[in-house]
Amino acid sequence: MGFSPQLAEIRFGCGLSPRQPEPARADDMLAGLTGPDDMAARFPVESFDEFLPRLRADQANRKARAAAVGTDAYPDADATYKAARQDMRLALIGWAGQHMQRRIQTQTAFRERLVDFWTDHLTAYGKAGMIQGSTPAYVDDAIRPHVAGRFEDMLFASATHPVMLHFLDQRASLGPNSPDQQRAVARGRVGVGLNENLAREILELHTLGVDGPYSQADVRQLAELLTGLTFNVRGGFRYRPSMSEPGTEEILGKTYGAHGTGLDTVRAVLTDLARHPATYRHLSHKLAVHFVGDTPDPDLVDALDAAFQDGQGALMPVYEVLLNHPASWATPLGNAKPPFDFVTSSLRALDAPDRLFEDMKRGLFLRSFDRPLRAMGQRWLRPPGPDGFPEDDGNWFTPQGVASRMAWAMSVPQDIRLDLPDPRGFVDVALGPFATEPVRFAAAAAESRPEAIGLVLTSPAFQRR
Amino acid sequence: MSNLLTRRRFLAQSAVIGCSAAASPLLTPVSFASAPWDTRLVVILLRGGMDGLDVVQPYGDPAFAAARSTLPVGPARGAIDLDGFFAMHGALAPLEPLWRAGDLGFVQAASTPYRDKRSHFDGQDLLEAGTMSLDGARDGWLNRLLGLQPGVTAETAYALGRAQMKMMIGDAPHSVWAPDTGFDMSPQALRLAELVMRDDPQLADALAEAARLSEEEARLDEADGDAGRRGDHLAVADFAADQLRGEARVASFSIGGWDTHARQQVEMGRALGRLSATILALQSGVGADVWQKTAVVVVTEFGRTLRENGTRGTDHGTGGAMMLAGGAVAGGRVYGAWPGLDEADLFDRRDLMPTSDVRGHLGWILRGMTGLGQSDIETTVFPGLDMGRDPGLLL
Repeated sequence: MGFSPQLAEIRFGCGLSPRQPEPARADDMLAGLTGPDDMAARFPVESFDEFLPRLRADQANRKARAAAVGTDAYPDADATYKAARQDMRLALIGWAGQHMQRRIQTQTAFRERLVDFWTDHLTAYGKAGMIQGSTPAYVDDAIRPHVAGRFEDMLFASATHPVMLHFLDQRASLGPNSPDQQRAVARGRVGVGLNENLAREILELHTLGVDGPYSQADVRQLAELLTGLTFNVRGGFRYRPSMSEPGTEEILGKTYGAHGTGLDTVRAVLTDLARHPATYRHLSHKLAVHFVGDTPDPDLVDALDAAFQDGQGALMPVYEVLLNHPASWATPLGNAKPPFDFVTSSLRALDAPDRLFEDMKRGLFLRSFDRPLRAMGQRWLRPPGPDGFPEDDGNWFTPQGVASRMAWAMSVPQDIRLDLPDPRGFVDVALGPFATEPVRFAAAAAESRPEAIGLVLTSPAFQRR
Repeated sequence: MSNLLTRRRFLAQSAVIGCSAAASPLLTPVSFASAPWDTRLVVILLRGGMDGLDVVQPYGDPAFAAARSTLPVGPARGAIDLDGFFAMHGALAPLEPLWRAGDLGFVQAASTPYRDKRSHFDGQDLLEAGTMSLDGARDGWLNRLLGLQPGVTAETAYALGRAQMKMMIGDAPHSVWAPDTGFDMSPQALRLAELVMRDDPQLADALAEAARLSEEEARLDEADGDAGRRGDHLAVADFAADQLRGEARVASFSIGGWDTHARQQVEMGRALGRLSATILALQSGVGADVWQKTAVVVVTEFGRTLRENGTRGTDHGTGGAMMLAGGAVAGGRVYGAWPGLDEADLFDRRDLMPTSDVRGHLGWILRGMTGLGQSDIETTVFPGLDMGRDPGLLL
């Protein structure tokens, strides 16, 4: 079996839609990646630079509130602080809606899938406080612009983005012999120094992989090399030489330059790591597992690996191989759609309007989307750890996972007041050539339209891709 | 919403519908086979790498306070003295009565065979596999334990909560469930869902389990009077206790929040608060009689660095601590050979040196609780383990 438009939309896209046409050829899917990014323009989110005023205001609000403790000014100061936080939470819900709409309305669905794949590969999010609202900015600043470019550029953008520096504790990491550390020691300050979290995850998760050829010494050296990467709420990302460990570092047997041109050294080591054969192998396997199946054809992995090597980390040639390899089309529907993909592909099949989330009350959004996604095992843009969401199908198809999907599919489509389509026709819209007789029977035999729609959406042919 | 039944009505009706639905999972005969043994084992996995040195503080070793520049150390800073050398973290204060009653103990400086790379994910996988290395690991040690016992049914052992418990995965029967999932649908919809998923064993099995477990939960809610939601860890503890009062002999689940790279003082206080509340919920949930034969074993994938890092936290380390609770454990003691904290005593000159294998302690507990033979433990449950001398963790 070769290329099929419907399978392309299900496996490499966001699911079948009665409105958006399926791609006719693999080349069209590739061309869509280099064309204009309509969805980012139509459903925008704040960039980190646009988000910065919120962080500045939050800092000022906290200061004002602390100063007002015990005075008559406290209630007002507290209200100001809380209102800004609440405003961020509402904005974040809006951006979740934008993220969902991009998947529902797109005609270049492969791009949306790649953005989410790489976002998960380079997981970072705002952990607590105001910065929680800036996770969508990380995706649009660091990942989205690079999905059709080179891996090393995406890696550099990710490793230097304030959200990543915050997420993996790089922001305050000081070189043991850096001027800032020495000043701190001289002043008797404690609780400052090196943090190796980001360095470790770059090696273990982002590049070489846990079985890759690195040691604890490499982690330590990379952690020292990365010192200086930080950000502040005034201007965002900063490279501060005074935090940086002086001298050279040796990583994977190669010596990296004397500091002073610190950010160039960071770029040099990240480029080398991005272009390492172990990284290519790691990424090839992940792509094959994510897009094709949990136990991918070794020949597909080899072909992706070869494309990485030939293109020295350029991503388009890799996608070209992925979309043209026979295993990409011969493998039966198998991978479990993660909950976000399940919910958004359901809305796409239901032809949800592009204004669905505008003016939606916060409570309704939380009830219909946020909480159900958590119950299905996936919190939006908040994987359980820096290693992202699991790929293993069994992780999603647990009793509570399946029960939560059924509960959502049978209740939410009607709750959000979509005019539910005729279930018998909906079978073909949602499943295309993958419709089976039991699903047709169930769609016709269900007691009510919402249950019939829910049964189509929870059928194996819709939950797998 | 009118055609969506409440769960209780669904259950009341399903008994009637069931007569014509031969394949209904609700009709699966309840097994009254007597459980294979009578003690109760709860395994709690703390995901993220608990700082055992902060939880069981060796404040009697001067090198410890020297290595912790901002983190509070010892009874003078809020910890609870245990034996004049170790003190437990102040956030464990709710468990102090258990310590005094001999129902709480610790093992210090223990670890799995995992070394060097300090990856959470590999560290947890190895702890859950119970093997020497991850090569070829495909099932979990709790599952292999069940496989060696006669009379084990799906009701004997429960893996609970939303995070997958790999230690329970394998061929031996067991149940997997996250309490409070909510599973309301008409009996007709359930039958049709069974039909639609018939040819997909993975989905069909999950659906059948969901139906069985939500029935179970509904019955318990009815018996208890629904107490309402109080946080995932307590919902899990309550559900586990309910099962352990009955046929269940093993429950396992995880609690997150231990990866304290920054602001450890705050994060650790919160995480230990959750752990304390979980253990107390288990104690009150199973009742005094069952508590007397219960051992709660708390493990983590690794400890953390001796020295505090630059962000008021600690980084991934090696040797860690275990916690033991329950009437069946010989508590009131800190077990484990103390390796010392001088630079030469440390692992890689940075981490607490492990002096015992977590699996050895688990092995002796399994032996005492289930009567399993030492050779079965050393070859099947924890292949390649040398159990060594009995540390005497059980009464």
